[in-house]
Amino acid sequence: MLQIKNLHASVEDKDILKGINLNVNAGEVHAIMGPNGSGKSTLASVISGKEEFEITRGALSFEGEDISEMDPEERAHKGVFLSFQYPVEIPGVSVTNFIKTAINENRKAKGQDDMPAAEMLKLIKEKADLLEIDRKFLSRSLNEGFSGGEKKRNEIFQMAMLEPRLAILDETDSGLDIDALKIVANGVNKLKSNDNAVILITHYQRLLDYIVPDFVHVLMDGKIVKSGTKELAYELEEKGYDWIKEELV
Amino acid sequence: MKKKMGKFTEDDLKKELETKEYEYGFYTDIESETFPIGLNEGVVRAISKKKEEPEWMTEWRLEAFKHWKEMVEPEWANVHYEKPDFQAISYYSAPSTKPKYDSLDEVDPELLDTFKRLGISLDEQKKLAGVAVDIVMDSVSVATTFKKTLGEKGIIFCPISEAIKEHPELVKKYIGSVVPQRDNFYAALNSAVFSDGSFCYIPKGVRCPMELSTYFRINQAGTGQFERTLVIADEGSYVSYLEGCTAPSRDENQLHAAVVELIALDNAEIKYSTVQNWYPGGKDGKGGVFNFVTKRGICEKNAKISWTQVETGSAVTWKYPSCILKGDNSIGEFYSIAVTNNFQQADTGTKMIHLGKNTRSTIISKGVSAGQSQNSYRGLVKISPNADNARNFSQCDSLLMGNNCGAHTFPYIEAKNKTAQIEHEATTSKIGEDQIFYCNQRGINTEKAIALIVNGFSKEVLNKLPMEFAVEAQKLLEISLEGSVG
Ligand SMILES: Nc1ncnc2c1ncn2[C@@H]1O[C@H](COP(=O)(O)OP(=O)(O)OP(=O)(O)O)[C@@H](O)[C@H]1O
Ligand SMILES: [Mg+2]
Repeated sequence: MLQIKNLHASVEDKDILKGINLNVNAGEVHAIMGPNGSGKSTLASVISGKEEFEITRGALSFEGEDISEMDPEERAHKGVFLSFQYPVEIPGVSVTNFIKTAINENRKAKGQDDMPAAEMLKLIKEKADLLEIDRKFLSRSLNEGFSGGEKKRNEIFQMAMLEPRLAILDETDSGLDIDALKIVANGVNKLKSNDNAVILITHYQRLLDYIVPDFVHVLMDGKIVKSGTKELAYELEEKGYDWIKEELV
Repeated sequence: MKKKMGKFTEDDLKKELETKEYEYGFYTDIESETFPIGLNEGVVRAISKKKEEPEWMTEWRLEAFKHWKEMVEPEWANVHYEKPDFQAISYYSAPSTKPKYDSLDEVDPELLDTFKRLGISLDEQKKLAGVAVDIVMDSVSVATTFKKTLGEKGIIFCPISEAIKEHPELVKKYIGSVVPQRDNFYAALNSAVFSDGSFCYIPKGVRCPMELSTYFRINQAGTGQFERTLVIADEGSYVSYLEGCTAPSRDENQLHAAVVELIALDNAEIKYSTVQNWYPGGKDGKGGVFNFVTKRGICEKNAKISWTQVETGSAVTWKYPSCILKGDNSIGEFYSIAVTNNFQQADTGTKMIHLGKNTRSTIISKGVSAGQSQNSYRGLVKISPNADNARNFSQCDSLLMGNNCGAHTFPYIEAKNKTAQIEHEATTSKIGEDQIFYCNQRGINTEKAIALIVNGFSKEVLNKLPMEFAVEAQKLLEISLEGSVG
């Protein structure tokens, strides 16, 4: 589904990604771990098409199609979803209005008509229930004054509404309390199928107890330096990153 | 001068229908007539004569003209433009007769596209673009039913030229009572040469059963560049009045100087909403309408006046809908969205003059600037010595798009009573790339994202508009900002 080959990317002439190789197939869950500033969020941004990052070398394709030059909204229409590490506030735009706009814009891109209001409301109710979101919450301005955990849960709510093919969850677990983490993980698991894939960016092994990854990758200084199975996450939890650095030397 | 659609009354329509001549358009019998350029006493007299006005009206105009001659154009506003040559303007143009076009096919496709996107009906599109219209029975019956309902309640709603003749006692009493002839340069000019406008009187205790808008929209074309509006809400009455149109008005008259006076007597309420979309000029900053408007209302005891405006058009806007809170416990409100793009300049805001006790005012102003435009809020809150316990809340928010535009706030406060409570909040924000990327990532393209963000920003004001117009106004904001982000 997602193929990344020797990907280099920079921002303001600063190289951040320095040769990433990653293949994600439908039905798989990949976890990416790594120290602060190693380039995890940058990778997520590059995959989803944030303009300020320039791909300087390598290839990025989704479903067999080169997406490296594609507008972010087009990638979204193809099914790429990013749960932001730092979700953005949009004052005066309610969660409902935002997601409604997003859904209809996605439908428009596929040549479909707007979703009928009744269907939309039903879908909203269903997904809000799945993630145990209070309906009152949905009429608040998007992310404005939301607590850290509320923001993250709202990201997953949007994911649930949009049903992407590839979901990249950038530190969605940070800021969630233990109960919320279970609810969100449970939501993600319910949405998982053989047709879609998930990339989990996280610092904590705990999340991986709930959403079990097929692969764990360690990203350091813009490169994937080690890949393994979920056991690798335990090892990292226990030993930190230094031993990998030493291994590399 | 561009020919404009004339005014027509229901009677005209009926007559046309009876004689089955409507397929030729409404006004085949009236010849277009335009005065030569220039302004002097003779021209003022001639305007008054053309309109068959009574002597007192002629005198009133002449008095205004005398004041105007002594006045100079104000320069304090934060706008820069080449001053109009007042002797190079023609001050009278009879409603023109013939439609400009025979069919919509001849109209600028860009204009039509905008109409379509605003959801304006075909018939209305034709009227607005100046295309010959077939009268459908439907619109006639709607208009007549409308007039009948108003008539039954004793509501007077007619062109001001008609009111001058039919209801001289009301006009004489109230015209110039809120905006005196010598109030300011443009008000004086308007008083001398006003072309036409609307008059509305709601009798004691009557609640006007409908938004005074449908009718107005049908008749709004052809009121000319010096429009005069007078709305009187008698004791305990209520009216919601909507002026303007979301459809772009491609008027080639460069100068527009309107005056609106509102009178809310004891316990009355007037809600006055405006959507202004005059031609803003080209992307290069050439052309466009200068819009210098004086709008003011007076509130007697327990009365309330609420101004809501969505300003997206004009090259230069100079406009401060104001409330004189004369009566005790009276309330003034001002809700405004002003959008400027390209080279537009807007200097707009309000004045809340608290004279009575326990008077309250609320000001919510939202400015959106894009391109190279300049958007200024200018507001005065004045609490006079007798206005015990007066309260004001002001909030001025500016939203900037890009680095070449400007937002400015000039709040003036004059409090002469110690019990006054005045709160002022101001924010300036920028549409961030992060916000846009967030929307993009969800499948929302940049143009739509901007519309969404701007609508969110303007929500408190949009919510104050009558429903039917809120939706159009939202689309209008979207269209006004098109191409503002590269
Ligand atoms: N717009 C930018 N301008 C300059 N430097 C940037 C920009 N965005 C990211 N960087 C830098 O790129 C590096 C990688 O950042 P990134 O956000 O991808 O790290 P991360 O692995 O997600 O870290 P964390 O675990 O703290 O979230 C950092 O050194 C960061 O400062
Ligand atoms: Mg990060």
